[in-house]
Amino acid sequence: MLKQTEGSHAVAEAIARCRPEVICAYPITPQTHIVEGLGEMVKTNELANCEFINVESEFAAMSVAIGASAAGARTYTATASQGLLFMAEAVYNAAGLGLPIVMTIGNRAIGAPINIWNDHSDSMSMRDAGWIQLYAETNQEALDLHIQAFRLAEELSCPVMVCVDGFILTHAYDRVDVPEQEQVDAYLPPFVPRQALDPAQPVSIGAMVGPEAFMEVRYLAHHKQLRALGLIPQLSDEFKRHFGRSSGGLLRTYRTEDADTIVVALGSVNGTIQEVVDEMRAEGSRIGSVSICSFRPFPLDAAREALGRAKRVVVIEKSLAVGLGGHLSDGVRKSLSGIVLNGYTVIAGLGGRPITRNSLHQLFRDAEQDELEQVTFLDLNADLVAYELAREAQARTTGPTAEAILRRVGTVASQIA
Amino acid sequence: MEMQPIKFYQTATFTVGNRLLGEHERSVQANMRRTNSLNSGHRACQGCGEALGARYAIDAAMRASDSQLAAVNATGCLEVFSTPYPETSWQIPWIHSLFGNAAAVASGVAAAMRVKGQEDVRVIAQGGDGGTTDIGFGCLSGMFERNDDVLYICYDNEAYMNTGVQRSSATPPAARTATTAAVGTAPGNVFGTGKNVPLIAMAHCIPYVATASVANLRDLEFKVTKAMPIRGSRYIHIHVPCPLGWGSAPADTIKVARLAVESGLFPLFEAEHGEFVNSTKIRRKVPVDEYLSLQKRFAHLFAKPVDSTRIALIQAIADHNVKRFELLG
Amino acid sequence: MFQTRIHGRGGQGVVTAAEMLSVAAFLEGRSAQAFPSFGSERMGAPVIAFCRIDDKEIRLREPVLDPDAVIIQDPTLLHQVELFKGLPSTGYILINSARGLDELGLKEFVHRFRPNRVRAIAATELAMKHVGRPVPNVPLLAGFAAITREVKLESVVAAIREKFPPAIAEKNVAAAEEAFAVAGGKLEASHA
Repeated sequence: MLKQTEGSHAVAEAIARCRPEVICAYPITPQTHIVEGLGEMVKTNELANCEFINVESEFAAMSVAIGASAAGARTYTATASQGLLFMAEAVYNAAGLGLPIVMTIGNRAIGAPINIWNDHSDSMSMRDAGWIQLYAETNQEALDLHIQAFRLAEELSCPVMVCVDGFILTHAYDRVDVPEQEQVDAYLPPFVPRQALDPAQPVSIGAMVGPEAFMEVRYLAHHKQLRALGLIPQLSDEFKRHFGRSSGGLLRTYRTEDADTIVVALGSVNGTIQEVVDEMRAEGSRIGSVSICSFRPFPLDAAREALGRAKRVVVIEKSLAVGLGGHLSDGVRKSLSGIVLNGYTVIAGLGGRPITRNSLHQLFRDAEQDELEQVTFLDLNADLVAYELAREAQARTTGPTAEAILRRVGTVASQIA
Repeated sequence: MEMQPIKFYQTATFTVGNRLLGEHERSVQANMRRTNSLNSGHRACQGCGEALGARYAIDAAMRASDSQLAAVNATGCLEVFSTPYPETSWQIPWIHSLFGNAAAVASGVAAAMRVKGQEDVRVIAQGGDGGTTDIGFGCLSGMFERNDDVLYICYDNEAYMNTGVQRSSATPPAARTATTAAVGTAPGNVFGTGKNVPLIAMAHCIPYVATASVANLRDLEFKVTKAMPIRGSRYIHIHVPCPLGWGSAPADTIKVARLAVESGLFPLFEAEHGEFVNSTKIRRKVPVDEYLSLQKRFAHLFAKPVDSTRIALIQAIADHNVKRFELLG
Repeated sequence: MFQTRIHGRGGQGVVTAAEMLSVAAFLEGRSAQAFPSFGSERMGAPVIAFCRIDDKEIRLREPVLDPDAVIIQDPTLLHQVELFKGLPSTGYILINSARGLDELGLKEFVHRFRPNRVRAIAATELAMKHVGRPVPNVPLLAGFAAITREVKLESVVAAIREKFPPAIAEKNVAAAEEAFAVAGGKLEASHA
């Protein structure tokens, strides 16, 4: 059913249709609306047969999820930023135990400095924890991916993180098609756990594994992600047959067939990128873009196929590998192993800095001329940076950097972007 | 013939011959049909108080729940010695997640059982003092606050034993540990630190809180059996000597535990919904010296010259407990 | 694509205004996107919300930098925030004020805009009159419908009824209808 609603609410409805049995979450901006929505649905019994638990921390949230999932219940939680870090130990634990928990990440920057706005640093911090990571480009895809996520998680016995850009998607009103319960039931069968705490068949879960077998256990986790490379497109195809639209999959290409320049990105910024691609195509540029949906497992072969014939690849990163560059670039470079082309990393949108059409247009033009640095920070205020570096060079006790810079930025409230 | 009532004070496994007690009063361990939930073959040290306590507690819980039980274990000695790869000595559904989250994981298991209509499957969370009073404290309080249907059992050997005897918030004053060396002007653990988790559990007003000791295994079984049918959060804190960490003789484990109780240093009591209900009276009070002198972790108190000041401070703690928990007749 | 930017202060229903506008467009079968500028909001702080309306899917995800219409819910922002940034001379301006544009000191400024595309509406007063609360968003939306004709009044009314419980909704509908008339709006000949 078509609705005009807030992204978070649409996601909550999709999750409710998946018949979760245990929902446990701790509030953190910008995920709060999702969990509040679900909490209300449980209280009114609109979402029946579901336990909603108000936990005391994110660490508790993932821990409760681990217990519930290990006992055979379909389990969901959500977090962002600091919360994801606070549950980090449990995030790795859930993957190591092979528990099919589904978690929404309302992508938000990690402090210090504290920042509530969107970027990908949070999910990037857990990219190697063993979870599958899917990035939604639109609110429609955000709700669709959760349905696919439960199916994927349960078939593989592997937890799945669905990443939805905080505020930009979570707090935006969009037109979405929320599936009917029957449609979701036809796609997502009841959860049959591979292992469960059951007095009728007692097992010990989570015992120590020594040097004799640890390599093998970890290899099997690696293998599981490689299997996901095949399963993700399959489930996306099946989703299309059931629901009538393309959603998910490993990656999507946009006007890349004859492109000399291809832009790669994760998440919502792809919408703006496609607009710029259209503008530049109209001006005669041979430019296209690739939106990667499955970041873990990273689709090396599909990326190589999509990017390998271009002259240059520009990777837009909403996260920073401090001192190095980006995270998405690593996977892209690896996929192009042996192929010679120019690769550019552009760090953009950190902490919610808007990525504008105009800036991208200029950026892509520079890229076409190969007039870009290896690593660029988009729309960096060079004056501000120069000021602070000069200030720090003058004295030892210069006080906190962020505060000094903010003093120069002026009244934020009077600015639009 | 004149009949004289005889009161059996000690009705533990090896005394009085359980056959003299009624069926319902006998130890679970005396029963051929006991579940051996923590089976033999585990790798605990000789004289391990925790292994003893866990065996009694879990088998009692299994009997009380008609063997419908799942256990969640924090990282620690019990978890490590009971599941040495590739073996497990647990005969029940059991999960180990992390060090600090046993209470939360157990809350999750209980929620799952509820939603699946399997409320008859009861949940126990267990951990050592480290995993309960320190790193697991947040999750423990959260579980209590929500009144989640879990029985949490803390095996308190008063330090982080599995990692090499480091100090925890359950370590008693003056005790030597790897991080509270018995040197300097204030040897051993600092006085005036530490927390009393049973009292904190009471402050949450949960249905049932009790302390127990491996010195009185019948009492331990009785308390577990009492706790099991209750719905909501329950907490049992069991004092378990660690011969290795305490520097006591493995054969003295139960004796040392008994002296802790009889000196007043480890009070045995029960509370319900935040109100103190009863305590086990000390039959024969002993000075703390008798307890302390059996453990090398307190040896520095007895090195010449004897540290009578600190021993007196410890005695004061014991005396305070006696008054506070009404431990004397 | 028609882009609207709404300026106001926290507590004035700026975000709700953008959301309702998007719902109104949705009810007419169009694509719409509404989102706030995500400042650390508190009552009284300047707030901006955006709404894009189009017939095809909206892919763009950036703040509205070149609006087709600007709605100003709080005239005290006039000399504090760059309210009109990016607005072309063909753009629409709707200001919540019982005072005229002259009194607001905008006489010179509005010369470059088309006179029938600039309006001041006493939205707060209308809200107080019909709803009893000084939240000007609904009358301004009706005024928007009137001068831009980007959405119909009946769609705005339907969006109001979706958003609020019945008693409050009807009061808001009354405020909207009066605002629409005051802004010179003309009802479509055929409406259900």
